[in-house]
Amino acid sequence: MAHDIMATFTEILTEDFDIPADEVTRDATFEGLGLDSLDVVDLTLALEEKTGITLEDDELEDVVSVGDAVDLADSKQQ
Amino acid sequence: MTDVVITGRGIISPAGRGVDEAWQGVLSAVSAAAPHPQFTTDDTPVTLACMVPDFDPDAEFGRGTTRRLDRYAHLAMVAAAEALADAGLLADGDDPAFGGGLADGVERDRVGVLLGSGIGGAQTWASEYPNYIEKGPRRVSPMFIPKMLSNTAAGVISMRTGARGPNMTVNTACAAGASAMHIGRDLIRSGQADMVIAGGVEAGITGLAMSAFAQMGALTKNDDPASASRPFDVARDGFVMGEGSAVVVLESVEHAERRGATIFGRLVGAGASADAHHMTAPPEDGGGAILAMQRALHDAGFDPAEIDHINAHGTSTPLNDKTEAYAVGQVFGDHRPALASTKGVTGHLLGAAGAVEAIFALQAIATDTVPPTANTDTVDPGIDADVVIGEPRSMAIRAVMSNSFGFGGQNASLVFIA
Repeated sequence: MAHDIMATFTEILTEDFDIPADEVTRDATFEGLGLDSLDVVDLTLALEEKTGITLEDDELEDVVSVGDAVDLADSKQQ
Repeated sequence: MTDVVITGRGIISPAGRGVDEAWQGVLSAVSAAAPHPQFTTDDTPVTLACMVPDFDPDAEFGRGTTRRLDRYAHLAMVAAAEALADAGLLADGDDPAFGGGLADGVERDRVGVLLGSGIGGAQTWASEYPNYIEKGPRRVSPMFIPKMLSNTAAGVISMRTGARGPNMTVNTACAAGASAMHIGRDLIRSGQADMVIAGGVEAGITGLAMSAFAQMGALTKNDDPASASRPFDVARDGFVMGEGSAVVVLESVEHAERRGATIFGRLVGAGASADAHHMTAPPEDGGGAILAMQRALHDAGFDPAEIDHINAHGTSTPLNDKTEAYAVGQVFGDHRPALASTKGVTGHLLGAAGAVEAIFALQAIATDTVPPTANTDTVDPGIDADVVIGEPRSMAIRAVMSNSFGFGGQNASLVFIA
């Protein structure tokens, strides 16, 4: 069964990063949410823990927004 | 050289949070030792620890902050924020610990931070290493290094307050909190800062550290809180691990007077030395401890007879207490200062101990009261010193020495007056 990646990111960002759920939108940038590059790596590790989907460092170079990360993760579970 | 005064105090300790609560906890002589929930259910050879009560960093700071920092940094933030508020240096603002940071009018580039820690992010090591072993290198958190580093707490205090003066962490193991105050004071004396946020912090209560200290024979295996940590007692057999942080604001007297700050005491003497002897054991002749005390007295320009009370290192280990009492006798001769160890209540806070005990030294002066050495019923007949046990002792106290001795044979003594 496919994971709902957006819901998973929202869960991680609200619970582990203390970000209000209504700020976690597809268009929100990680920088705008207050995440630095270390945080983004930590976020992907949490995603991997919950879904088994691994996002590689070089794949993250073009990831700016939550939507970018969701699309990347979704592309890996098809 | 300028006099250096204390204008702010903060503490979060097993004896309580805040200066008044922690001091009352120490005066009560009720040990803070309690069975640790983890160590009573696994195979850890020692089950008692002195933990900070009722502290929920997630609720206090939010997960966004706490997930990026080790518990040791959380504790240092609490103590530093209390000290800065006590000193009247914080602006209103959104930071849950530091409000708006250093207030307008404070010259931020002249405010330093000097912390001592023996270990740093011990719990981060303990929780992350299994990830590496079980899940592999690619699952190691990128937060591991910044959370674990022992200088992170000092760095975070600067980030959240805006203090851009000299900023460092000193490690002399169990003397680190005192060493930080020593060096912090000297930064002010040498003109490199007007104020230094100085203290110690430790959060080393992990299964790994508890097991290792137990294997060394340093921890008591006594599981009765009312007798486990009993400094100078004939039946003492080791220390109880504690955690916490204490921080003071050190300030040049001219700067403090100019801004009308309340002065809680003066750090007039500091001495440091090495045993040059052994990794963990003190020399029988008290060598390094004697030197540290003598140097602190010399630095203060005091005769031994001017010290009324000593807050001892007094860990409750057989070797430390015997050697320390002997060293005190060598330094003070027939003048017998009232000797007390507050570790009967707090346990041993390792790198935070010297800072926590500096706060208690200041309180002793402010209240003319020596706290009793808790749990100690019968002073070791091999110890020839005026050990205060039972009730707090009311007496005129002008000057207090606080001793701290670290593994590696690194020693620090501080002298405080009103």
